[in-house]
Amino acid sequence: MKLGFYPGCSLQGTSREYNESVKALAAAFNIEMKTIDDWNCCGASAAHSVNKELSLALPARILALAEQQGFEQVVVPCAACYNRLAVTQYELNQDHNLKSNIEQAIEIPFNNHVKIINVLQFINTYIKDKIADKIKKKFEHKVACYYGCLLVRPHKILEFDRVEDPTSMDELMKTIGATPLEWGFKTECCGASLSIARTDLVGKLSGKILKDAADRGAEAIIVACPMCHSNLDMRRPQIDEYIGKEISTPVIYVTQAIGLAVGITPEKLGLQRHFVKVNIL
Amino acid sequence: MNHTTAKNIKETTGVDIDKCYQCGKCSAGCILADDMDYPPSVIIHMLQTDDQTNNKKILSSESIWLCQNCENCIGRCPMEIDIPKVMDYLRTESVKKKCVSHKAKNQLSFYRSFLDSVRMSGRLSELVMTICYKLRTFNLLQDVKLVPSMLAKGKLKLIPESIKNKKSIKSIFKKTTTSK
Ligand code: SF4
Ligand code: SF4
Repeated sequence: MKLGFYPGCSLQGTSREYNESVKALAAAFNIEMKTIDDWNCCGASAAHSVNKELSLALPARILALAEQQGFEQVVVPCAACYNRLAVTQYELNQDHNLKSNIEQAIEIPFNNHVKIINVLQFINTYIKDKIADKIKKKFEHKVACYYGCLLVRPHKILEFDRVEDPTSMDELMKTIGATPLEWGFKTECCGASLSIARTDLVGKLSGKILKDAADRGAEAIIVACPMCHSNLDMRRPQIDEYIGKEISTPVIYVTQAIGLAVGITPEKLGLQRHFVKVNIL
Repeated sequence: MNHTTAKNIKETTGVDIDKCYQCGKCSAGCILADDMDYPPSVIIHMLQTDDQTNNKKILSSESIWLCQNCENCIGRCPMEIDIPKVMDYLRTESVKKKCVSHKAKNQLSFYRSFLDSVRMSGRLSELVMTICYKLRTFNLLQDVKLVPSMLAKGKLKLIPESIKNKKSIKSIFKKTTTSK
């Protein structure tokens, strides 16, 4: 089967360590993925907030290109892109008129059957069973698995894991020897795209998440979304200000944690690019 | 029943706000309710009244721009009312009717700057977006402190990425913005 890869814009810029760690992990497990040629931005939260048709047309072009290029399945590590692509696919399949309008806008007719998978589904399908044989150094840490909102909701469309208390990332963490904690903020929103215009609110929302994880003894927060990562990592000064003290808990991508356990170097996984030092290596 | 507001919303979004019976679960679960001028259940209730003054209040509220479409509300709503979809509709209407809350101008500027950058090259360039945003909002100094460490960590691309078929993106933008 031809497996496609959609990096999305964050993974080419501020979240390049996520890209590096996904690629390094795929290589370590001999998985071949090919980037969709000439992919464009999915429009993220900006497009759907102001223009519905644009918010469907941008992801539709990506889905159509993937199909044209013969991919049956596409891995989408960014939770925001994953959400936009899956929601667009669903909405267009629900409504024929809408689909033909959007096809006219993108000028590529398509069937809309490509399967979109997020990073946890990717790991579960292609990697999970092989992890045990490859472990070099167990990741023996207490972790808070933070799913965020876009990976699990809306459930009706994504049909992935449980909405309030998802477990797939926790299960993955157990396979590398980590201890996932019970905590209260698994799927609360980090403040998402308020990141630029309302850093104060991001400090508050992300602050509550970080504080609960730290209070329960998490040595790291594990994430699968570049927006969650940059809000919890890069906005740490605003978070510390909201909480009233400095919290040193690092935020690590799920692919980085697994990568470390199977012996990939911290540099290859891009751990040096985080703002909050990864103090558990 | 002849509710124009509910009818319009139903026609554009498919969401039936009349099904809401005001249990309040959406507001209880909304992480931003504390900071909103009207929490989600109140927004739905005010829209149900089909009163022009209420409609105007909602379209010029800060709430609709604080909402992050995190989908917590619909996840918990016993009637599965798609509030985020209604929020998308309200934001679009608010721009159309030129009544965006002055408190939300920066958030709208952020969205516009994001899309400007995508329109230009097909992909988001954080640098181009930031420049557009600063020019719109005059927040020239915000986050300047982050720049040196972002550069050192290789997180800031100075040359925007561009797709090959930029024409197709320009045409998508043109077709989807003029059809309104
Ligand atoms: S949760 Fe649903 S039914 Fe309850 S108040 Fe909110 S929108 Fe209405
Ligand atoms: S989608 Fe918007 S209204 Fe609903 S819970 Fe999230 S922020 Fe609140």
